[in-house]
Amino acid sequence: MIMEDFKVNTMAEMMARGEKPEILFWVGCAGSFDDRAKKVTKALAKILHHSRVKFAVLGTEESCTGDPAKRAGNEFLFQMSAMNNIAVLNGYEVTKIVTGCPHCFNTLKNEYPELGGNYEVLHHSQLLQELMDAGKITVQGGAYQGKKITFHDPCYLGRANNVYEAPRQVIMRLDSLMTEMKRSRANGLCCGAGGAQMFKEPENGKKDINMERSEEALASSPDTIAVACPFCMTMMSDGVKLHEKEDSVKVKDIAEMIAEAMDL
Amino acid sequence: MISQFLFILLLSVGIYFFVIRVKKVLRNINLGREKVINDRKKERWQTMARVAMGQSKMGSRPVAAFFHLLIYVGFVIINIEVLEIMIDGVFGTHRVLSFLGGFYDFLIGSFEYLAIGVLVACVVFLVRRNVIRLKRFHMAEMTSWPKSDANLILITEIFLMTAFLFMNASDALLQSREASHYVLAGAFPVSSSLFGMLGSYSNETLIMIERGCWWFHIIGIIAFLNYVPYSKHFHILLAFPNTWYSNLNPKGQFNNMESVTNEVKLMMDPAAVSPPTDPNIPPQRFGAKDVKDLNWKQLMDAYSCTECGRCTSVCPANITGKLLSPRKIMMDTRDRLEEVGKNFDLKGADYDDGKSLINDYIKEEEIWACTSCNACVEACPILIDPLSIIMDLRRFKVMEESAAPAELNGMFTKMENNGAPWQFSPADRMNWTEN
Repeated sequence: MIMEDFKVNTMAEMMARGEKPEILFWVGCAGSFDDRAKKVTKALAKILHHSRVKFAVLGTEESCTGDPAKRAGNEFLFQMSAMNNIAVLNGYEVTKIVTGCPHCFNTLKNEYPELGGNYEVLHHSQLLQELMDAGKITVQGGAYQGKKITFHDPCYLGRANNVYEAPRQVIMRLDSLMTEMKRSRANGLCCGAGGAQMFKEPENGKKDINMERSEEALASSPDTIAVACPFCMTMMSDGVKLHEKEDSVKVKDIAEMIAEAMDL
Repeated sequence: MISQFLFILLLSVGIYFFVIRVKKVLRNINLGREKVINDRKKERWQTMARVAMGQSKMGSRPVAAFFHLLIYVGFVIINIEVLEIMIDGVFGTHRVLSFLGGFYDFLIGSFEYLAIGVLVACVVFLVRRNVIRLKRFHMAEMTSWPKSDANLILITEIFLMTAFLFMNASDALLQSREASHYVLAGAFPVSSSLFGMLGSYSNETLIMIERGCWWFHIIGIIAFLNYVPYSKHFHILLAFPNTWYSNLNPKGQFNNMESVTNEVKLMMDPAAVSPPTDPNIPPQRFGAKDVKDLNWKQLMDAYSCTECGRCTSVCPANITGKLLSPRKIMMDTRDRLEEVGKNFDLKGADYDDGKSLINDYIKEEEIWACTSCNACVEACPILIDPLSIIMDLRRFKVMEESAAPAELNGMFTKMENNGAPWQFSPADRMNWTEN
């Protein structure tokens, strides 16, 4: 498959050429099918290409990690999905994976080992930080210089896996003004999509969770609300829209922000 | 002699009933499923030292943390005084540890400061609960018993500390009047402020007050000891094992169901051999319908919960008005377990009252409102995990009753058919590379 100026290899294509990538880019269902999340996928692919990381995707051989099934209590479906994926991953002798989805990240990293899938798994915030630390990505000035940015912690990255610093370190490189929400890091409030809530209507209540969270994000009057999860992206974007703030406040994934600042 | 006999009798009866009750609680906890937790011992001891002894998770709410620390330190240290009371009671001595001299003065002096600290803290906590009426102490699940339980504990501690101070004050006065038996011992930096109030009383009255307070203090402690395992206050003991046995894995890692793994392997690989099973043991239910389907640690979590409500106050579902409250999940689990335990005692181990944790105690609407965000788990000062119970209840609903919300069933079907939770063809997975 050809992107604007480079080709994204699948594992199958690479294998046919007798090559092996350094890292597998696990795109995830949202990253593959959701129009908004697809932009994040593209941004991350561009960054990887630009920083000369030899990567590949599974393409049509990828399928859901099983996370929403597991959180919804369907362990059968989860394990079937997981074992199918593990068969594919092990078949390609994958050792290192990066993904832009904290749910995929958590499942691949923590729940696949017991089913026979052992890989080094990175969330894209961690890989971006690594690439920056290694000098493979340099961001100077750029669109976010001096802009006010607030970061919404994804539950499955933060509390679930104690990754709080990597996304913040990445944002810091943008020379922007970082403001923290009242509830952040370990106290961060969920966007409302986790635990398979993404796929159902919420139970009756006073308010939707994404409204509560976007209100809090908007309270610091940021220019951009940074996210690092496709589900948070949907929930926060909807929240900002419902508050009629979509013209003045953008919801962006950290990978998009870096790609923009790199003029990719 | 009579008083020594009475004391030993009281103490023995008190300890006897305490042990009986603790054994019952342990029996109830062991009604849960087996789970082996004995790995990473060093890390477990460290966790217990940090979280239970060091109260490291309390600090997120500094006011509560400060006053709670006062009560905790007071409780632990004043127990040295209780040791002396026990020895005095059994052997008919008076201030038997006074041979420690200057160090004894230091001990008694610091107990007095702690006693007044505990007293003040209890008053502050009563005010927070009943005058300021902090929101988390007045939510739906905080019905009359949980509220009275909390108030009763605080009031009892106030009485115990008051008795301790009056006992010391009258003792000190008797010492200064060189009354017989009242050896010159101890320092009384706090109770000396009661001298004015007590100074006009005769020696006989003071002895009555001193003895009265002494008996009240020790009877109060024995009674309290027996109250604790029936109360939310059981956390003072269970916090320690509960943190030791806590989950050390990343919070996002939900447990793997091995029973499912075996079946899935059989389905996917016809050559796989199913592990030998004992035909006499009925297969375990998937997930949890009732408390016996939970593991023992989840049941210990329920007995350890002191209903502080930090979990519920950070729960995104609860904050936005949904029915779910992680604290209620823990309280319901405990209440149901107590009920199952009573049935066990009255009607035998196999008696089925037709009730279950899900439906009769916890409603489906509650468990489906959870976003599995782990905020409740993060908030708990003693590492209770309400989320794992919610997950096991969901597993039962989905895998045993096929009773997931309709939209989730739709999502499952899509995952089965096209490998994604949405209706997209796997063939389109690379479409993002096109413009």
